[in-house]
Amino acid sequence: MQEYILKTSDLSVGYDGKPLIHDINIHVQRGKVLTLIGPNGSGKSTILKTLTKYLKTVAGTVYVGDKELDTLSNRDLAKQVSVVLTQRLRTEMMTCEDVVATGRYPHTGRLGILTDEDRRIVSETMAKVNITELKDRDYRRISDGQRQRVLLARAICQQPQIIVLDEPTSYLDVRYKLELLGTMRKLAQEKNIAVVMSLHELDMAERVSDYVMCVKGDTIAHYGSAEEIFKHDLVTDLYDLKDGTYNPLFGCLEMLRVEGEPKAFVLCGGGTGVHTFRSLQKQLVPFATGILSENDIDYQVAKDLAAKVISVPSYTEVSEGALQEAIECLKGCDSLIICTDTFGHGNRRCAELIAFAEKLGKEIIRK
Amino acid sequence: MQKDKRTGRITAALIILFVLMLVLVVLNISIGSYSIPADKIISVFRDGPTAEAESLISTMYAILHQIRLPRLLACLILGGALGLAGFLLQTFFGNPIAGPYVLGISSGAKLTVALTMVFVMQASGGLSSAFTIMAAFVGAMISMGFVLVISQKVSSASMLIVSGVMVGYICSAITDFVVTFASDASIVNLHNWSKGSFSGISWENVQVMAVVVIICSVCTFLMAKPISAYQLGEDYAMNMGVNIKRFRFFLVLLSSLLAATVTAFAGPISFVGIAVPHIVKRVLGTAKPIVVIPGCFLGGAIFCLLCDLIARTVFSPTELSISSVTAIFGAPIVISIMIKRRREA
Repeated sequence: MQEYILKTSDLSVGYDGKPLIHDINIHVQRGKVLTLIGPNGSGKSTILKTLTKYLKTVAGTVYVGDKELDTLSNRDLAKQVSVVLTQRLRTEMMTCEDVVATGRYPHTGRLGILTDEDRRIVSETMAKVNITELKDRDYRRISDGQRQRVLLARAICQQPQIIVLDEPTSYLDVRYKLELLGTMRKLAQEKNIAVVMSLHELDMAERVSDYVMCVKGDTIAHYGSAEEIFKHDLVTDLYDLKDGTYNPLFGCLEMLRVEGEPKAFVLCGGGTGVHTFRSLQKQLVPFATGILSENDIDYQVAKDLAAKVISVPSYTEVSEGALQEAIECLKGCDSLIICTDTFGHGNRRCAELIAFAEKLGKEIIRK
Repeated sequence: MQKDKRTGRITAALIILFVLMLVLVVLNISIGSYSIPADKIISVFRDGPTAEAESLISTMYAILHQIRLPRLLACLILGGALGLAGFLLQTFFGNPIAGPYVLGISSGAKLTVALTMVFVMQASGGLSSAFTIMAAFVGAMISMGFVLVISQKVSSASMLIVSGVMVGYICSAITDFVVTFASDASIVNLHNWSKGSFSGISWENVQVMAVVVIICSVCTFLMAKPISAYQLGEDYAMNMGVNIKRFRFFLVLLSSLLAATVTAFAGPISFVGIAVPHIVKRVLGTAKPIVVIPGCFLGGAIFCLLCDLIARTVFSPTELSISSVTAIFGAPIVISIMIKRRREA
């Protein structure tokens, strides 16, 4: 029997007693990361606000450890759960150290005076999150990335069992995103803290989460491990993707394929064609590509972007049939774009395609 | 190291404020139409009560005891109360130019006090200090209620202030209306008071205001911890374990009570509530409530002692209304705050 630090049973959340999302059943153990994904306005924040007692539960129960959320006093809850919220923190004449130190609030006495022990924890936490050098800087005069790290340090300083973060990566550039999520992952593991957060970046969500919860409509669309959730159809469906596609292998999104009779033929393989595919898509040129082995990385992207893909099964040689198909296709195109100059045993027939293009008088572009 | 330096600065600043207050106390005692030299103050206190009637020292003692001392204590206590009320309101609304005067709370208190003065005084001939405070408190709470309703409908900080000023105008208009129809005897009293003045304070007044203001100030000080959490924003405060509803209730109660007490005795006084918390934060170099709260009390006391000294001496024997002096010092500070905020945003 596993022990869950955060658990909900048939929880309904919403505003003013009106349920927005119902039947939420979350189970999170210590040291694990749960990520909520879903379209804008789907209610991710509403769920997080309910878990932190900011909103009243509409129905069902939230358990923190073995206690019901409603029975915990604000102060006791503060010792268990800390937050990093979406809205910006407003401060007045506070150094970063002051901000971090506010995390000690539930542990201090009547007048909130910090003890030496509190100060030690504050400086230790700042060192862990790599913000020691920001100590005496005014919180209003640091970058968004630094602010988010200060807030994370604040949340850690509270020494909670659970940290709840609402879109912690919103204002961050890639470097800080990686850094923040990396720190969080490490934190969960080392301090044995459960992390519950909402994220917009699917690629990140897959890489840092143990569990993923998809919020859509009035219920939880899916709940499971990262591997179970990040599948093509599931993500497409969750976000109603119409103007592009989701690639589960790379965790990235591609723009919508340009349909129509191919105008260009891209000869590629081994990842050499990906950039050309994207640039043709941007110019709204329908294109064909081939001849790709189905285990080729180009094939993964071509599937989403090319109007026509000529392929052969994995680990097989390019067949005569495939070559003929490619030639037929090439006849309708204006140009041949050659991205690869590697022709080996498997794809030697592709080289023949170049000769055909020359014979047909097609424009040949080498990348 | 850094921590020690900051604590040092804060301690030094608080000591300087305290010394400044003492200096102003001495100046307020000695300067006036009848000058009492500073070096004689102690001997006046010691020998005054027992001195022969009509002697110099006995006259000095009479002036000191009956006029200057109650007035000075009122400045000190009510000034401190204004400083604190301003700080509480600025915290509550998260708005740096909030204060009891601009939000119309002082004017609301003024209206109810004027009403009770006119009607009750006509009936019974006099008003007790406690009763005046109660009347002022009712008015302050009504105005505060209006401002709270408005603040929930408009999110913009400047709109809140505009609404507060409007509430203030309405209350002042009704007060004028009441004053116009009041009998002659009550008008004389009302007229001075409704413009704001520390004159005519009795020892009984001082006792009552001291009790109310000291209790409120101690309560405010004990709220330093939740106030520090609330400064980060309501949501964070809640996660830090603050019971927001109860906290907000106490904040409204305390700030209204403080503002009401001031208005009950000295009428509406402008700008002290806005300006003092800002000056104090600058001087202390921090916004931590645990030091800003005593700082604001000292700052408010200093501000009012200084302004009252100017009000009663510059064009002596004519006395200026206290608000005309506080406005001259306070308004430029408010303007500078607004400019600074625009620049930061």
